[in-house]
Amino acid sequence: MAITRDDVLHVAKLAELDLTEDEIDRLQEQLSAILEAVGKVSELDLADVPPTAHPLSSVNVLGADEPHPSLPLDDVFANAPAREHDLFRVPPSA
Amino acid sequence: MIDTLRLTAEDAIALVERGEATPAELHAAYREAIDARDAELHCYLTLVDSPNGATSIPIALKDIIGTKGVRTTAGSKILDDYVPVYDSTVAERCKTSGLSLLGKTNLDEFAMGSSTENSAYGPSRNPWDPSRVPGGSGGGSAAAVSAGLAPWALGSDTGGSIKQPSSLCGNVGLRPTYGTVSRYGVVAFASSLDQIGPVTKTVRDNALLYRIISGRDPSDTTTVDVPPVEIPAAEDLKGLRVGIPQELNEADGIEPGVAAAVKKAIDLAAQLGADVDTCELPRSVEYGLACYYLIAPAEASSNLARYDGVRFGPRVDANDYYEMVARTRDAGFGDEPKRRIMLGTYALSAGYYEAFYGQAQKVRTVISREFAAAFERFDVLLSPTSPTVAFELGARTRPVPRPALGVIDTLDCS
Repeated sequence: MAITRDDVLHVAKLAELDLTEDEIDRLQEQLSAILEAVGKVSELDLADVPPTAHPLSSVNVLGADEPHPSLPLDDVFANAPAREHDLFRVPPSA
Repeated sequence: MIDTLRLTAEDAIALVERGEATPAELHAAYREAIDARDAELHCYLTLVDSPNGATSIPIALKDIIGTKGVRTTAGSKILDDYVPVYDSTVAERCKTSGLSLLGKTNLDEFAMGSSTENSAYGPSRNPWDPSRVPGGSGGGSAAAVSAGLAPWALGSDTGGSIKQPSSLCGNVGLRPTYGTVSRYGVVAFASSLDQIGPVTKTVRDNALLYRIISGRDPSDTTTVDVPPVEIPAAEDLKGLRVGIPQELNEADGIEPGVAAAVKKAIDLAAQLGADVDTCELPRSVEYGLACYYLIAPAEASSNLARYDGVRFGPRVDANDYYEMVARTRDAGFGDEPKRRIMLGTYALSAGYYEAFYGQAQKVRTVISREFAAAFERFDVLLSPTSPTVAFELGARTRPVPRPALGVIDTLDCS
């Protein structure tokens, strides 16, 4: 499965990665090779097989609808690069 | 004088219970061992000085496990200065059991790798031969336990990150069944695969630690009630049915020494009274790796979307919001996370989801059924954990999955 340069740029945009030229070249080559290897899963005809996400048969888990304290705001912002009042500060989007 | 190199966790606990050593003395003894050897082995990324009111022995935690007030990097520069404001459930359970935190151990960035060479903080080394890797991603935990720099440790396993380093360092690693140990407060890699588990010197230590960390947690809704953990006491294996999957024991690339060691273990099991017979897992072995390499990166690309320079981590400034996010992520992630984010994003993107992620989830059902059928006949399945012994640093740097290497680790995704 060959990946084009445009594919890499499109996926990088979806993934929000500002790749360097060097990274774009390398990823184009590596992703093509990896996708060829993992494409093996399409060999199997699994139209009637259900998907598995959890190996144990689990039931839905519902939480009680009761208010409980959240993290204090100073904790919430403890690791933030920029805070303004009780908000995360970020640059404007153009 | 406490010989940390040979002391098991069980014996260390006995020292405390008999009053022959205090928790503070034990903590100090391991710190001394760390000071003597960790400059060379680089098992630890962060050390904790004080045993902080502990009533039992110390423990080391893989640096993907969130610890309140103690830096947690996941081996990544994008979490270089991250200090959690709450404890993960497993860290909390260790504290409640009186264990003191010795420190946070090295790992491949976001647990993506099998040698610790992908750590943004440099590799760990194998205590048996420091020119070789300790395995990964949890190489720091495994090397620390083998070198006597911790009595026991916790790791995390997505596709082999507890089992493979434990094998390469010669200790006991358990990847518990999915759903038995809480991941609350642990940095997420691939949520439908990630499990936390013990890394120890002995099977009995392993059961003791699993007893501490396992069980349902309301904060992780994938967890289930776990039956009480019994500490192994039997001296024989009478009545135990042991299955030997042919594909896993006769795969190409298994080193003769590894095959011989496994053969010895099989013979010993038979001598101890186990009923040993062969079985097959054909499709699991053939499709396991491809299945894993779709599910794990797809889920990683989603989990790693949260590192955007807004709520935590270093930020690369820009005048525009989206530019700030994209630059922060390109600067903060290493090559391996970037590769997996790109692969996962591609596999989940419009037009490809069904063919890749959807199909992989179905392959997982096929694998799960094969294992379920094998477990009808057998109590345990036995195979090499890794096809090779520890390899030299720098010997394996290929970015594309190697079928012979990865396949054996990844099978318990069922």
